[in-house]
Amino acid sequence: MYSYKSALMVFFAALATLVVSTLSVASEEVVVYSARNEQLIKPLFDTYTQETGVKVKFITDKAGPLMQRLKAEGKRTPADLFITVDAGNLWQAANFGLLQPANSNVLDKNIPVHLRDPGNQWYGLSIRARTIVYNTKNLKESDLSTYEDLADPKWKGRLCLRTSKKVYNQSLVGMMIAEHGVAKTEKIVKGWVSNLATRPFSNDSKMMQAIAAGQCDVGIANTYYFGRLMKKDPNIPLKLFWPNQQSSGVHVNISGAGVTSHAKNSKGAIALLEWLSSDKAQRQFAASNMEYPANPNIKPDAVVASWGEFKANQINVNRAGELQVDAVKLMDRAGYK
Amino acid sequence: MPEVLLRGAKVFTQGWRISAIFIALAVLTPVMVILWSLFSPEPEIWDHLSQHVLSDLLINTFWLVLGTATGTLILGVSLAWLTAVCEFPGRKIFSWALFLPLAVPAYVTAFVVVGIFDFTGPIQTLARDLGLDIAFPEVRSRGGVIAVMILAFYPYVYLIARNAFMTQGKRALEAAQSLGYSSTQGFFKVALPMARPWIVGGLMLVIMETLADFGTVSVFNYDTFTTGIYKAWFSLFSLSAASQLASILIILVFVIIIVEQQARARMRYTAVGKSSGSQERIVLKGGKAVAASLFAGAVLLVAFIIPLIQLLFWASEVVVQDFDRRYFEFLWHSLLLAALASVVVVSAAIILAVANRYYVDFTTRSLVKISTLGYALPGPVLAVGAYIPIAWFDGHLQDALNYFGIDSGLVLQGTLFTMLVALVVRFLAVGFSPIDGNLQRITSSVDEAARSLGTSGITLVREIHIPILRSGLFTAMTLVFVDVMKEMPITLMTRPFGWDTLAVRVFEMTSEGEWERAALPAVSIIIAGLIPIIMMNRHAER
Repeated sequence: MYSYKSALMVFFAALATLVVSTLSVASEEVVVYSARNEQLIKPLFDTYTQETGVKVKFITDKAGPLMQRLKAEGKRTPADLFITVDAGNLWQAANFGLLQPANSNVLDKNIPVHLRDPGNQWYGLSIRARTIVYNTKNLKESDLSTYEDLADPKWKGRLCLRTSKKVYNQSLVGMMIAEHGVAKTEKIVKGWVSNLATRPFSNDSKMMQAIAAGQCDVGIANTYYFGRLMKKDPNIPLKLFWPNQQSSGVHVNISGAGVTSHAKNSKGAIALLEWLSSDKAQRQFAASNMEYPANPNIKPDAVVASWGEFKANQINVNRAGELQVDAVKLMDRAGYK
Repeated sequence: MPEVLLRGAKVFTQGWRISAIFIALAVLTPVMVILWSLFSPEPEIWDHLSQHVLSDLLINTFWLVLGTATGTLILGVSLAWLTAVCEFPGRKIFSWALFLPLAVPAYVTAFVVVGIFDFTGPIQTLARDLGLDIAFPEVRSRGGVIAVMILAFYPYVYLIARNAFMTQGKRALEAAQSLGYSSTQGFFKVALPMARPWIVGGLMLVIMETLADFGTVSVFNYDTFTTGIYKAWFSLFSLSAASQLASILIILVFVIIIVEQQARARMRYTAVGKSSGSQERIVLKGGKAVAASLFAGAVLLVAFIIPLIQLLFWASEVVVQDFDRRYFEFLWHSLLLAALASVVVVSAAIILAVANRYYVDFTTRSLVKISTLGYALPGPVLAVGAYIPIAWFDGHLQDALNYFGIDSGLVLQGTLFTMLVALVVRFLAVGFSPIDGNLQRITSSVDEAARSLGTSGITLVREIHIPILRSGLFTAMTLVFVDVMKEMPITLMTRPFGWDTLAVRVFEMTSEGEWERAALPAVSIIIAGLIPIIMMNRHAER
């Protein structure tokens, strides 16, 4: 019986140590909640610490749970900066009142207006282009024109899509609503669905492999997935096509960040955000995942640049967030799974 | 009967009952947080869901649960019977190797199976290269997702049913034979009904896990109730609507539990004692023996060996790039967390199971029964449900400490303590099932007989209960250990800063679709998961 009690005491002592050890106060430190994954952000934070001596403490999770966590913690949250992927998530964080305006000349200068919140609550840090991918054995570049064209009956049984549950497709459809309105967009999405060669895929890579294998001829994917696939197998018969060049431009989304509304170290958070928008960090931020820098003065990485230049959609990415719910409902109505 | 049970209660002090009620209430808090959402209606979202989404989800979920439950039942029970009671070539190895698929996260099996059997996979590619025109069945289909879930979840039934057959299967069969039954009749008429509390417990775990699953169904893009919950939360931005959907899930499981309890209450269980050690096995001969080996071998091959080989292959491609010293830290964290959590969960489960057995008052029993419902909730929903009260409590604790002049900051958040509490909430059902199954098999007549021989109180527990419970305890520990290693949402939400586990690594890789890179941590989880499985096997065989 005694041994049981002493074991219990050791157990609680161990827990107490763990509790107390978190109480130690560090010097200058910024705390980050990030939905962008560790291997993409840690190298940047390491560089930042080396350059400035400021420590960056961070934790990763999905965007949804992180936002609920910020909400639950309220004014007591340890987080200073919230990093996430997708404009929809950033819009939602601002909508929940989880962010505060950063008001920084550096950020205003480095990040274009359409890639940041109109109220300066968040800033885009990298651009992710969602474009058309096609099988070079079955199609010529001249066969393709726009996202909307993929709804044409000539593509019957030749189109592959990723699931509508992925936020990238929700943003794409949201931006189409911004441009065409609900009714026309719904017709287009229904057209896509009737052209599908097979059920929607769970991810872009699998979908592109299906295009390469000839299960279908054409699909819509984020460019960095294409980059990864090409890196693994350069001979794969796939190519990118930049659609809507005569009209709205290629659909782009962002990864980005905002200062939390209850940040203890909002100055430190803004400083880190400014640094992330600067030349060197921008290069690294985008290159680490083969994305495009948000700062227009920075050229993309060589591999990414080799895919060619394109005209991007200039509508504020904020709209994708505003219209996400409408987009999801529209896709449900259209039977896009 | 109640009188006997009340006398049994004398074995335990009132403190035991209070602890049980306290644990049950604590575990129920997150479920209450979710149910609370019912008070903030979201008519617009519900309109949309009921018009365009819900009917599909319900039909899909119904077939998925039915198919998975039936499949795991057949696979789990038949394999358990073969390895526990029969003798056939390779039986010794199969008896523990058949647990192994438990260590493979279901979404990993799903990803591997789809990778192999889909249009772009090696089989169909080869067929095309050879110019063969074969109409392959679509793997990304209802049948495909059910097959994967059966392969991933059958070990719950297998493990728990085997535990039952080991303690009493052979004896049941002898009794049956003395009544003139053949061994087949004996199995269906005596051994199977006797093992029912265990089997049903395992099956409930499978059903709850199937309902809560998101990773596997999303690999197949198969829409279930849980994908609906995710849609409401992440796509339609409404955690309330998501929680309302989740509440329906809770209520559904609650109904299943009640129905099962009612059915079970009509059955009576006879006494079992310690298993008699060296039991004689039914030796299978000739074709039967070969069939048994082939059957067990095929299950093991598809559910474990093929996924493992595929993962090892992927892992070998990234090991140079990704493997560093930090992996030992991840491994250590995973093992530490799983070990601590399994001790805490099983301790809590013992308290609840004993209370469920020996206290007949309505409050205790119903609280215990519903305290395991949380297992049917999708991980992230439960994680939020657990985190909200913890954050609230922590905030008030901070205020209290500040009041006494201690500038503490937040005390509990980001500590191992918080993680353990949240994990108990998640996995109590897993620990509870095997222990409760075993305890229910100890009928009041066992207590009665023991007491008439002058054994009572703690001696009764030690001499009679613990030996019977022993295998159940090991089963519970193993299940919780392996489940905690695989668990993601709660680990992600409650872990201390910089305190990453192998499961966290899997998340980091898969969140941007780098499945091949996720193979390295996934393989590490599987290998680390073998440790408790092998340890349990040693203890159980003793």
